[in-house]
Amino acid sequence: MWTYNKVLEYPINIKKKDPRLAKFIISQYGGPDGELAASLRYLSQRFGMPDQTSKAILNDIGTEELAHLEMVGTIVHQLTKDASIEEIEKVGLGDYYTDHGVDVYPVSAAGNPFTAAYIACKGDPIANLQEDLAAEQKARATYEKLIDLCRDNPDVLDPLKFLREREVVHFQRFGEALRKVQDKLGDKNFYMNDCGQR
Amino acid sequence: MSENENKNCSCEKKATNNMESENTNIGALNNMWVKDDDACLCNCKDNATQEEMIHQIKCLFFGIQELTLYLDTHPNDEKALCLHNKYCKEYRELTDKYQKIYGPLTMTYPCNKWRWIEEPWPWEGGMN
Repeated sequence: MWTYNKVLEYPINIKKKDPRLAKFIISQYGGPDGELAASLRYLSQRFGMPDQTSKAILNDIGTEELAHLEMVGTIVHQLTKDASIEEIEKVGLGDYYTDHGVDVYPVSAAGNPFTAAYIACKGDPIANLQEDLAAEQKARATYEKLIDLCRDNPDVLDPLKFLREREVVHFQRFGEALRKVQDKLGDKNFYMNDCGQR
Repeated sequence: MSENENKNCSCEKKATNNMESENTNIGALNNMWVKDDDACLCNCKDNATQEEMIHQIKCLFFGIQELTLYLDTHPNDEKALCLHNKYCKEYRELTDKYQKIYGPLTMTYPCNKWRWIEEPWPWEGGMN
């Protein structure tokens, strides 16, 4: 289970609204390499992990991703909350506004709604952990693109840089977990098809 | 964690200085707290403002978060374990002190008046 901590993992105080940036950043909320996909991916994959390390790391990183989901939602909310209709239309958010107003809805930057097809649970710990490593790199790359796009707004840049750094740390930890799973599988002629049962 | 496990940890002797574990970024983490911001070092002074306290709470929580992930893959790193214990203790003390004055940060903190609903919520751009 989870309990809520009434604080953000990292402070966000955006003084100047800018719905143009929100249109890009929302991809890390509900896009293909976003935080919702990350948290669901890890928290779902943890059930099939074969050793102590990989169960713990998927559980704990999945949990941190929920805190990042909140951070990204907070950025989007603060960038859009006082925007006028004219500003919303001007930056191309008219379509979004039609269905969602200025609520925070999980879509990609291109407007595609979130789908579980963004994540995989293959019933195979090696395949899953490899997917997780790739997911962290893709999220890092996305944050770097967002950092380029948000270069003029320090209040947005600062939390984006924090989030990017976390992807790097998660990649490192997943790599260590993968190594341990591979060692375990190699140890005793462990057939991957049996992973879920042991 | 049970009390016994706590007692077995030789934190007092080893935790505070020279946190350079091999092949880790724990040393960097420790340096970050020590060098960049004295306010982060815990034991908030008695006259700390709400903003200073919440900043320090976030710092400590981040340290705990980072050490937790690290310990998941390096469970035998005693230095990291000690630092984790140290931050957890400081976090507990400071959040107790904060919540007494400014209201609950989690639903597990009891209060006589229902302050949980007080705004701002974290996403509303207050100091939380």
